[in-house]
Amino acid sequence: MDQFTFTDNAKKIFLGMILIGILAIVYGVVDSDISGHRIWVSALINGWFFFGIAIIGTFFLAVNSAAQAAWGVVMQRVFEAVSLFVPIGALLLILVFLASTFHLNHIYHWMDPEAAAHDPIIAGKRAYLNLPFWWTRALIFLGVWTGITLWFRKKSLREDAEGGTKWYKKSMMMSAIFLVFFGFTSMVASWDWLMSIDVHWFSTLYGWYVFSGIWISGMVTVILLINWLKSRGYLPNVNASHIHDMGKWIFAISFLWTYLFFSQFMLIWYSNIPEEVAYFIPRMQDYTIPFWGMVMVNFVVPMLFLMSKTTKRNRKLLSIVSVIIFFGHWLDVYFLVTPGTMQNNGSVGFVELGMMIGYLGLFLFVVFRALAQAPLTVRNHPLMEESLHHHIN
Amino acid sequence: MTRERFIYGLYDDDEKMVAGIKALQAKGIHVRDAYSPFPIHGLEDVLGMKWTRLAIAAFLYGITGLMLAIITINYMMIIDWPMNIGGKPNFSFTENVPAFVPILFEFSVLCAGHGMAITYLFRNMTLPGLPARNPHPRTTDDHFAIEISEKENTKFSKDDLWKTIDASGVVKVFEKDRITKFI
Repeated sequence: MDQFTFTDNAKKIFLGMILIGILAIVYGVVDSDISGHRIWVSALINGWFFFGIAIIGTFFLAVNSAAQAAWGVVMQRVFEAVSLFVPIGALLLILVFLASTFHLNHIYHWMDPEAAAHDPIIAGKRAYLNLPFWWTRALIFLGVWTGITLWFRKKSLREDAEGGTKWYKKSMMMSAIFLVFFGFTSMVASWDWLMSIDVHWFSTLYGWYVFSGIWISGMVTVILLINWLKSRGYLPNVNASHIHDMGKWIFAISFLWTYLFFSQFMLIWYSNIPEEVAYFIPRMQDYTIPFWGMVMVNFVVPMLFLMSKTTKRNRKLLSIVSVIIFFGHWLDVYFLVTPGTMQNNGSVGFVELGMMIGYLGLFLFVVFRALAQAPLTVRNHPLMEESLHHHIN
Repeated sequence: MTRERFIYGLYDDDEKMVAGIKALQAKGIHVRDAYSPFPIHGLEDVLGMKWTRLAIAAFLYGITGLMLAIITINYMMIIDWPMNIGGKPNFSFTENVPAFVPILFEFSVLCAGHGMAITYLFRNMTLPGLPARNPHPRTTDDHFAIEISEKENTKFSKDDLWKTIDASGVVKVFEKDRITKFI
C-alpha cells in the first residue's frame, strides 16, 4: 500500500467541514449582534495557525536535509503533504491583510492613519510600521517560503524519477538557504503580523515564542497524520523507533515552548513596567482561567504523558496527547490575537469554532490531496536504506 | 565486598560476538553480559536485557530536588529573612513563585543529573577508585567480550563451558573475578 487513495467519504467529510466554516462566516455576517470584526479576527487566528503548521512541514524537511538526518526519510512524504498547504495558507493570510489595509477590519490599529496621527508611539514606529514597507516584507516572506516549499516538492518528485544524488545535494544547499532565511524572516513575520496588533508593546522574545508554538503544532499534526495512516495500513516502513523519535520531538518542543513562554512572562512580571505588562494584564485579568489553563495544558500534558519511553512508543496515547496539544496551541494563537483585537469581548462561539472546523477541513483536504498525488514512500533517496533500519532504544 | 569469578570469551569482531552469543544460547548457556567499545544495535535484545530503571530513579531525584528547593527557598526568602526585591510580595511563597521557578527548575535538574550519574556508577561498580570493570583492556579498543557465570549454568561442567565458548569463534577464553556487590 504505497499509493494513498483519497476516498470520496473523506472528501465529503472535509467538504462538510468547509461548509460548516462557511456557515459560521454567514452566520457571523447575518447576525447583527456579531460584528464582522470577529470573523476577521478568527480568520487571522486560523490563518496563522494552519499556515504555521504548513510552513513547519517545510522547515522540518529543511532541518532533516541540512543535518543529513536519515531517520525521517520514510516519513518525508507526510511532511511534504503538510507543507503543500503553504500556498493556500499564504493566500488566506493575504486576504486578512488586504481587508486590514482597506479598513474592513481593525485588527492592526496602526494601519488607521487617524489613530496614528494622535499617537506618538505609533508615529515613532512609522519608519518600520508603514504600509508599503510592511506589505513588501509580507509579500517577500510569503513568496519565498511558498517558492521554496514548492521547490522541495518538485525536487522530491524529480528524485523519485531520476535517482542519483544530484537532487539530494541540491536540496542540502537549498535547505541551508531556507533555514537562514526562515530563521530571520519568521521572527520579523511574527512581529509584523501578530506583535503589531498590540502596537504599543514589544518583546524581543516574541518571535521565538511564536515560532516554537507553530513548531509544536506542526509536529503534532504530522504525528497525527502518521498515526492515522498507519492505522489504515499505510506507511509500513515507519516503525516504533520513528514514532519514538517523533514523540521525543513533541516532548522537547513542548518544553521549548514553555521555556520561552515563561522567560517572556517572568521578565515582564518581575520588572512590572506599565508599557510591558500592558500585554499580560488583559490576558491575566479578562481571560484568567482559559489563559493559564492553556499554559498548564500545553506544558503539563506532554511532560507527564510523554516522559517515559513506553508512552512515546504507544501510538494511541501519543495521538491523544497530540490532539490535546493541537487544541491547546490553537488556544495559544487565540490568545496571541484576541485580547489585542477584541479587548475583553473575546469569546469562543459558533463563529470561532465553526471557522476553525472550516479551516481544518480545508487544510486536511489539501493535505490529503497532496498525499494522494505521490507514492507514500520516496524512491531513490540516498539515505532511504538507513532510515528503513532506524533503531533506537 | 563480594567478588565473583566469571568466564570470559574475547572476540575480535562485533558480528562474531553476536553470532557467538546466539550459538551459546542455542546450546542452553546463559550469557549474562557483554562488553563492547561501541553500542551494538540489537545486542540487548539478543542478551535479553531488562530495560533500565535509571529513568525512574532520575524522576525521583528530580522530585526530591524540587521539594528540597521549595523548602529551602521558603525558609530563606519568606520565613527567615523576607527581602523586598523590586516591590514583589515578600511574605508569600505562592504569589512570588514565578521568581523562584528558575531556581526550582535548576535545582531539580542538578539533583536529577547528579543522582543519576552517581546511581549509574554505583550500580555498575564503576565508582572512582574501584578497579576497572571491563575484563580485558582491549574491550575499550577493538575487542569484544562476553561474560558467563558458572553458577547460572549449573547444567554444564566448567570444562564443558570452557570448551563450548572456545568453539564459538573466540580469540581467547579466560577467567577473572570482579566485584559484584558492595556488601
